Amino acid sequence: MKVGVVIFPGSNCDMDALWTTGAVKHHESFPIWHQSQDLNGAELIILPGGFSYGDYLRTGAIAKFSPVMEKVIAHANSGGLVLGICNGFQILTESGLLPGALLRNDTLKFESRWVELSVETTRTKFTKNLSKGDVLNIPIAHGDGRYYIDNIGLDSLISHDQIVFRYKGRNPNGSVHAIAGICNREGNVLGMMPHPERAGEDVLGSSDGLKILL
Amino acid sequence: MYKIEVLVHLKPDILDPQGKTVQNSLSKLGFKDVKSVRVGKSIELEIEAGSQDEAVKIATEMAGKLLSNPVMEVFAVRPK
Repeated sequence: MKVGVVIFPGSNCDMDALWTTGAVKHHESFPIWHQSQDLNGAELIILPGGFSYGDYLRTGAIAKFSPVMEKVIAHANSGGLVLGICNGFQILTESGLLPGALLRNDTLKFESRWVELSVETTRTKFTKNLSKGDVLNIPIAHGDGRYYIDNIGLDSLISHDQIVFRYKGRNPNGSVHAIAGICNREGNVLGMMPHPERAGEDVLGSSDGLKILL
Repeated sequence: MYKIEVLVHLKPDILDPQGKTVQNSLSKLGFKDVKSVRVGKSIELEIEAGSQDEAVKIATEMAGKLLSNPVMEVFAVRPK
């Protein structure tokens, strides 16, 4: 699969995403600069973690207006696959591709640790080879990961089977319903706070991330 | 040129852990009367416009499009 990893000024997980999808998972992975308006035929677009545009104003708020996002939004709206990881998830909610928002952790700490995720739905292409209830060992590293959505939005997420991952055990950031990742209604856009690209080889502690990187 | 201030806060029903921490700290300093603290941000704009009303209108549009996120925040626009 052709995988395009978008690099914004301030992205810092772009090389990990390129390495894990490319060298480890053997996809044809390549970077896409944020000023580009050409996705180079990528079938999966990854918005990586980091601090795009310094996280100024709000996380992801400035990135949504970058030239590449116009194409990413069009790609998503025509059914193309998009995966937003950490800051990428924040960009997806700011762009309106996913509902809700990500707020400061309720601990007020930058939470950098391994967590267990439970798989809540297998209807997305990212989770289709897993079973509901499977547990993945994947790290988090974020200061603004508290997923928030109002009650009406939460009911809608549940009834449309859009909750993809939940934190198992302790909720590390105060997210509503311990939500760690959600998809859009169609299931082609996935946003998640944990970092699957950092769990790509056993020597790193886990290779569970490979299970969702298609 | 008009100076306009945009104030942005989390919606009242959303937990503001920064506010809670500041409140705890104030309480420890002896300010026992403080019952609630909410931390927001102030964005100061200088806008070229024909009138103050027009400047406020432009700032309101900016606040809706970029300066705040209506999913989680509320904003107020006021001339300075």
